[in-house]
Amino acid sequence: MTAMAEGTVRSPGNELRVTRSRRNVAWSGLGALVVVVVLFLFPYYIGPGTTGIMVQALIVLTLASMWNLLAGYAGLVSVGQQAFFGLGAYFVLIPGMHGVTPWLGIIIATVGAAVCALPLWWLVSRLRTGYFAIATWVLASTIMLLIEQIQSVGGGTGAPLTKPGGTTWFTGTDSAVLAADTYWAALTVAVISMAAVYFLLRSRVGLVLTAIRDDERAARSSGVRVGRARLLVFVVAGAGCGAAGGVLAIQQLGVQPGTSGGVFSVQWTAEMAFAVIIGGIGTIEGPIIGTAVYMVLQQTLQSYNAWYLIVLGIVAIAIALFARRGLWGTLDEKLNVRLFPVGYYLWAPGEGRRRPRLRRKEAHAG
Amino acid sequence: MAWVNAVIQGILTGGLYALFACGLSLLFGVMKVVNLAHGDLATVAGYVGVGIVAATRMPFLWSVPLVVLAMAVLGYVLQRTVIQAAISRGELTTLIVTFGLSIVIENGLLQFFTSNTRGLGVGDSFETASFSIGSQITIAWLNVYIFILAVVVLLALQYFLSGSKYGRLIRAVADDREAAQLSGADYRHVFGIAAAIAFGTVALAGLSYGLTTTIDPTTGTDTILLFAFAAVVIGGLGSLWGTLVGGIILGVAQQIGAQINISYEQLGGYVIFLLVLVAWPQGLTSRRAQS
Repeated sequence: MTAMAEGTVRSPGNELRVTRSRRNVAWSGLGALVVVVVLFLFPYYIGPGTTGIMVQALIVLTLASMWNLLAGYAGLVSVGQQAFFGLGAYFVLIPGMHGVTPWLGIIIATVGAAVCALPLWWLVSRLRTGYFAIATWVLASTIMLLIEQIQSVGGGTGAPLTKPGGTTWFTGTDSAVLAADTYWAALTVAVISMAAVYFLLRSRVGLVLTAIRDDERAARSSGVRVGRARLLVFVVAGAGCGAAGGVLAIQQLGVQPGTSGGVFSVQWTAEMAFAVIIGGIGTIEGPIIGTAVYMVLQQTLQSYNAWYLIVLGIVAIAIALFARRGLWGTLDEKLNVRLFPVGYYLWAPGEGRRRPRLRRKEAHAG
Repeated sequence: MAWVNAVIQGILTGGLYALFACGLSLLFGVMKVVNLAHGDLATVAGYVGVGIVAATRMPFLWSVPLVVLAMAVLGYVLQRTVIQAAISRGELTTLIVTFGLSIVIENGLLQFFTSNTRGLGVGDSFETASFSIGSQITIAWLNVYIFILAVVVLLALQYFLSGSKYGRLIRAVADDREAAQLSGADYRHVFGIAAAIAFGTVALAGLSYGLTTTIDPTTGTDTILLFAFAAVVIGGLGSLWGTLVGGIILGVAQQIGAQINISYEQLGGYVIFLLVLVAWPQGLTSRRAQS
């Protein structure tokens, strides 16, 4: 990667330098690693009730990071991600009926949802903005109606996660062990999803997406394969949402279709979108902050039925209007605290001279 | 004969779908806004109708102008505040704000009116009267009235847009906002008027829907928005009469689907929608290709 663009004039303090970030971010990567390790040790210290809530948070985090990739980086505002979420749940349920363990089912759900994303992309790829949004919504509805016709997977009422004989999966398993296993699966899915988005955006694809965002026509005429980059994003987002759906199927020990409370409910997309908007769209950190806000609201207002979604929606509208970059984006604007940079920083000539330590390190890296 | 019946019923339902779709089409045509809260606003109109009739005990038909007026005022106010603020911040913000409104309205209705279904019972022969052609085709007068209402609304919209002072202003602003502004048009006010009209048609559509069947808080997103959008896409983006063509095609496809198997009703409509999306992405009536 040609990260370093050396200026023509080589006199010290007059060259233009390009780096990933204004500051060294190795420590934030190390910090993330520590956080992940601590999270992996959680089930040894806290009860199944808390891990259940954590699984919910991790599902929303996975979905939010996928929606962030779609809307924040590729400009694809999908309101139909519940299609992949629901498909993922069924990709755990159906192999389970034929004896495949649901843990393996999560992998099937990831791959299956990605494969399903290919033909669906063909249907909606020509649409933009609002029309793309509603068309994905129609697709999700169509997929739900089709699946509800299949009686062997429970039709319109759904089905529990059963083995070939008809007994439910994990019947003999200790509930605390199952809760811990589900938590680890959810954590693995969330971590892989976030890492995938992060490294995807740091790769060539990230550059391509930035180019498209800034000027699609210019990018196209420079030979950027716009359609292919968007397709890749759509497929990755489908895979991530599918994996999250698989985790939900295991947590609920079954799948319930339908638009009210079921896996195909648009509320899933509402939750992921609101979490991204509140946390900060177009930042890697945003979905994490947004998910935290979402969980706090959901847990405090859970005895008031639908109120948490109403409050969440109003907060998201307010943030979209008055602090467009979300909580993290606003913080970043003021303090420049990007922990996981995916873009580049252009140093003005002479900037940063008062920090020789930092410069030496980066010159070494280049 | 059953198939002929399905086609006739489908055409009549198409009028209702056109009523849903023309507001969506107008908002898109004038201010390039895809209003994701469109369906929920129709549901709100239905609930307002239920509320007015229950509170004042006036005949249902008298409440229609009140609801339309209330929704038009709401449209103007929403446009001048939230939606205008969103438009000036870009397409992404507009989508997020209207989607947020949709979820807030839906869950608000759920919170205050529970998930029970409600109908706008008129309670007289107006709602149930029908006539028969032959022995197998029975047509409800209500559906005929709604179809006529849709045609009248579309005619009025067309006359308004092409003939009246505000109509010309709306078209001027839609064509070239800056030029219209230089000529002294206050585009925000014009957008407000357009939104008021669109919300008025949404109110009519919501009330009609409440008469023909029942409404519940999720009706707006589960059916109305998606049907309206499908009608707009089938008919062609931004085309007023296209919404009627699209609505009729959608209605007929649904009725034919239901004729094959009663649970294929919605599926039939969506299959036609996806077919059109693939084969004629510009819609059936659009003459010029979209860039």
